[in-house]
Amino acid sequence: MRLIKHYLQSFLLLEMFKGMMLTGRYLFARKVTVQYPEEKTPISNRFRGLHALRRYANGEERCIACKLCEAVCPALAITIDSEVRDDGSRRTTRYDIDLFKCIFCGFCEEACPVDSIVETPVFEYYFEKRGEQIMTKEKLLAVGDRYENDIAACKQADAIYR
Amino acid sequence: MLEMLISVWNWMPDALQVLIKIVAIVAPLMLAVAYTTYAERKIISYMQVRIGPNRVGPRGWLQPIADAVKLMFKEIVIPTNASRFLFLIAPVLSIGPSLAAWAVIPFNDTLLLSSLDASLLYILALTSVGVYGVIIAGWASNSKYAMMGALRSAAQIVAYEIAMGFALVGVLMAAGSLNLHDIVIGQSGGLGSWYVWPLLPLFFVYFISGVAETNRAPFDVAEGESEIVAGFHVEYSGMAFAVFFLAEYANIILIAALTSILFFAGWLSPFQGFASLSGTALEFLMQPSIAWFLIKTSFFIFVFLWLRATFPRYRYDQIMRLGWKVFIPVTIFWLLVEAIMFLMKVGPWSASVAL
Repeated sequence: MRLIKHYLQSFLLLEMFKGMMLTGRYLFARKVTVQYPEEKTPISNRFRGLHALRRYANGEERCIACKLCEAVCPALAITIDSEVRDDGSRRTTRYDIDLFKCIFCGFCEEACPVDSIVETPVFEYYFEKRGEQIMTKEKLLAVGDRYENDIAACKQADAIYR
Repeated sequence: MLEMLISVWNWMPDALQVLIKIVAIVAPLMLAVAYTTYAERKIISYMQVRIGPNRVGPRGWLQPIADAVKLMFKEIVIPTNASRFLFLIAPVLSIGPSLAAWAVIPFNDTLLLSSLDASLLYILALTSVGVYGVIIAGWASNSKYAMMGALRSAAQIVAYEIAMGFALVGVLMAAGSLNLHDIVIGQSGGLGSWYVWPLLPLFFVYFISGVAETNRAPFDVAEGESEIVAGFHVEYSGMAFAVFFLAEYANIILIAALTSILFFAGWLSPFQGFASLSGTALEFLMQPSIAWFLIKTSFFIFVFLWLRATFPRYRYDQIMRLGWKVFIPVTIFWLLVEAIMFLMKVGPWSASVAL
């Protein structure tokens, strides 16, 4: 009896038709594709994208060259040199992040006592030449200046969870 | 104007006339092939809840043209130690038969290149020749993956050809003719007198064998990204690669066209002889027309793509088992049933064939 049932099932192609009905239904299903450049998926406030160095509202850079980020970086992507400035405060003379080494773990951001180094929600960037992947202090500050509003908004939205 | 054209046509030598007819068949066919690739990507992506290519031109309609242009500008790399002549002749051998077979396909009552009395045999012979393209490509590439792919698809095509041939024997028993035109005429009389109904098992065997013959999913073991890269055409690039693809899609269209001719009455209307339709506005539906042929063919092309979107691949030994141990016995059994019904004069056999 089981044998007959088996043969009936396989020769009448029942399961085949069932499968085809399923895909046939999906042919008319609503499509879920996000058409990227025009449409984007929402991203988290904690999104870890391109790095930036922030400034205080008066234009003074936040980084005090404590080198905690350099120490915590698991990929050894950060290189910092520092000097005492004329006014007696300590500031970086060099702050390089090698984005090829960086694993975007966000530890630098966590380690920073003055919220200077942050990872922005920016993920659309590219390099054209070798060497461009080294984010120098100037470049990082420029990124920070450009996206300060976004960074501040993300920080504020995330603050209640911290 | 028209008279002038006709006189020009008659004035032309026969060879030129035939050449023009061939172009008139092959050019639309190539266009159909290009848009079958587009339809494939679109339909499969729709079944996977995606939207597929939609960037080139409105709704992606120019995608196949962009693909063709891209392939044309790519270099044709010939591997070192490849057999140069065979390497280059293989794509030609593979597309030649699939185009040549169209010579005997009747598009409607009068529209066919040559009304061969043994046209079914001719098609069977040509589809067998197609396998040489695959084997030669695999061998000439001097690559083990290509060789493996060629061997697999050769064994598979040989296995399914037998089942396919037997399925066609059923059709020609019912029609009493090898001429495709006569086979279609033998099915006149509307939906009920199509050969699918009495030959239903043979139709399924034929269509599934057709899918296996064209190396399409779920029988696409000739290619296998995880095992043998792209199968017999790993070493091909540029236009040589494109020609293999043209051949594959031309074969799909050919199998779809043959299915609609052999089992679904080609250009004849399914409503032929429907008394309730005559005299109404829908009377034109009863007329035989090339549109019916195209609709039926497109439907079977769609089924090819549908199958690909639905089923996982067969394992190789399962393919061989299905071909040799299931399809061939099934076809032989049904031929026996058909022969008995033929003798007893049961069903549509007695009506359509005079012994």
